[in-house]
Amino acid sequence: MIQKPTLKSSLKSLLYIAPMMLIVGTFNLYPIVRSFLMSFYADYNIFTGEVSSYGINNFIDIFKDPEFILAIRNTFIFVLGVVPASIAISLGIAILLNRVQVLSGFFRSIYFLPFVTSTVAISIVWGWIYHSRFGLLNYALGLLGFSPIEFLTDPSNSMLALIIMAIWKGLGFNIILFLVGLNNIDGNYYSAAKIDGAKGWQRFTNITLPLLGPTMFLVSVMGVINSFKVFDEVFALFQSRPGPAGSAMTVVYYIFQKFYQESQYGIAAAAGIVLFLIILVFTLVQMAFNKKFVHY
Amino acid sequence: MEEVNHKETPLMTKLFKARKKSETETVKDSNPASKIAVYILLTIGSFTMLIPFLWMISTALKSPAEAVAMPPVWIPQIFRIENFARAFEVAPFGRYFLNSVLITSISTLGELLTTILAAFAFAKMKFYGKNLLFTILIATMMVPGELLIIPNYLTISKLNLINTYSAMILPYLASVFSVFMLKQNFESVPNELYYAAKVDGTSDFKFLWMIMVPLSKSAIVAVAILKIIGSWNSFMWPLIVTNERLLRPLPVGLQAFTTEAGTQYELLMAASTIVIAPMIIIYLFLQRYIIMGVAKSGLKG
Repeated sequence: MIQKPTLKSSLKSLLYIAPMMLIVGTFNLYPIVRSFLMSFYADYNIFTGEVSSYGINNFIDIFKDPEFILAIRNTFIFVLGVVPASIAISLGIAILLNRVQVLSGFFRSIYFLPFVTSTVAISIVWGWIYHSRFGLLNYALGLLGFSPIEFLTDPSNSMLALIIMAIWKGLGFNIILFLVGLNNIDGNYYSAAKIDGAKGWQRFTNITLPLLGPTMFLVSVMGVINSFKVFDEVFALFQSRPGPAGSAMTVVYYIFQKFYQESQYGIAAAAGIVLFLIILVFTLVQMAFNKKFVHY
Repeated sequence: MEEVNHKETPLMTKLFKARKKSETETVKDSNPASKIAVYILLTIGSFTMLIPFLWMISTALKSPAEAVAMPPVWIPQIFRIENFARAFEVAPFGRYFLNSVLITSISTLGELLTTILAAFAFAKMKFYGKNLLFTILIATMMVPGELLIIPNYLTISKLNLINTYSAMILPYLASVFSVFMLKQNFESVPNELYYAAKVDGTSDFKFLWMIMVPLSKSAIVAVAILKIIGSWNSFMWPLIVTNERLLRPLPVGLQAFTTEAGTQYELLMAASTIVIAPMIIIYLFLQRYIIMGVAKSGLKG
């Protein structure tokens, strides 16, 4: 029953995809092209939409802008602070969850809870937990004998505050993916390893880790991509500012500020393209790494 | 029709039912001490996860003095439910709530309609350029949505839609991700069924809604719930396209409330609870669909 497309079947299919294509075309495809063009606007009138010349000035300008350099730096710090720690913790929890049957679903539900909550709302709650005088965290640190930390008002701590919260929020998502990955590992490997006398840690490094390769790859790619786009957390945690003294400026916050608050569309679009390229390079590097080191 | 649904069960079984792998794992854990250690670790971990939620609800029920008491009070002397009422008075949270319900429900229903139709065409129908178009669509998923905000804002303002509900709904009436998820699912419905229906004279449209959609119910529910969560929690786009207070959805209203409430933390936490609670309720009832959606998006993404 294999049929070739005909003019009639194509026209009919068109009716089915048209509504989706109309929306996706207008709000997903066209803006990609437009963003690329906008990043090369050298002289642009935001009121008439007239472009008098194109050039790479926007890209030169952002790389000369210390604020953008800080944004790039902070975004990398955020990615490096969140992704590896999140992977290690969520893998550990997934392995523990996988070992128990009773209450396993109950625990999993709790770990996953932050995923469904509004980033803005939960950031406001974390802002309260981080409060330097009345916050729960500083109270707990006080009990352990530490002096209070100014999480939200000291510029040197703002990235730390963001990272801790982001790890907490993202755990559940990674745990689910690791649970699926762990369940795809054939139990016979473990039985065989045990007969050969492999200890728990050896089984972990020689069976679990290598066979989790594809999941590890997926979790890290998704983690990196999402972390590069951090914005809501910053906006809500530091009350509509990019951290104390601009210390938690991130790339997406920079785009937002240039575009929304300063109406510098070309600059904002150029920063967006840089973000896209960074994400693209990271994804390609991880894919290459995956090909080389992950054996299925 | 039952045999079609079994396509989804292996994954569900893995996550929800007895696990065959764990049996072999359990042998190694026959030592009760290590089992207890695992439970202790998991309990400490989940308690840590819950602290922000518990602290939010606890503060939301406190008096102003209790909220800033040191050492902290976990259980207030009187549960001040009126903090919620006061939050509704200080800012129009009722209106924000309705806005969120409106925006979320219309964009979810709209997206389901457009993506079910498109996913069906990609899964079962024949047309020129199908693979090329699908590849282009998948490629767009790599582009960060934040990059699209600038041109989309210009489009919306050109359509004179700034400060309207339409501005917050229109761009979200379709999603490549959902088309992708549903296409995978529709493909698992056997072609024989489709051709048999055709021979019987059932139109494509009727086949889609009478057979395909009911058979793919759980995938559609999963897509819908992920959309509801995303839409309810979305922040940056509504913030950009609205500056009228009464049009704000909940997250934008809550963010503005942080300046309006000042240091009244009990009100701020009551307002945060109002934003978070509906999604937690949906999650508690429908979590298997959400987790299935996440696991599937992970498997295929």
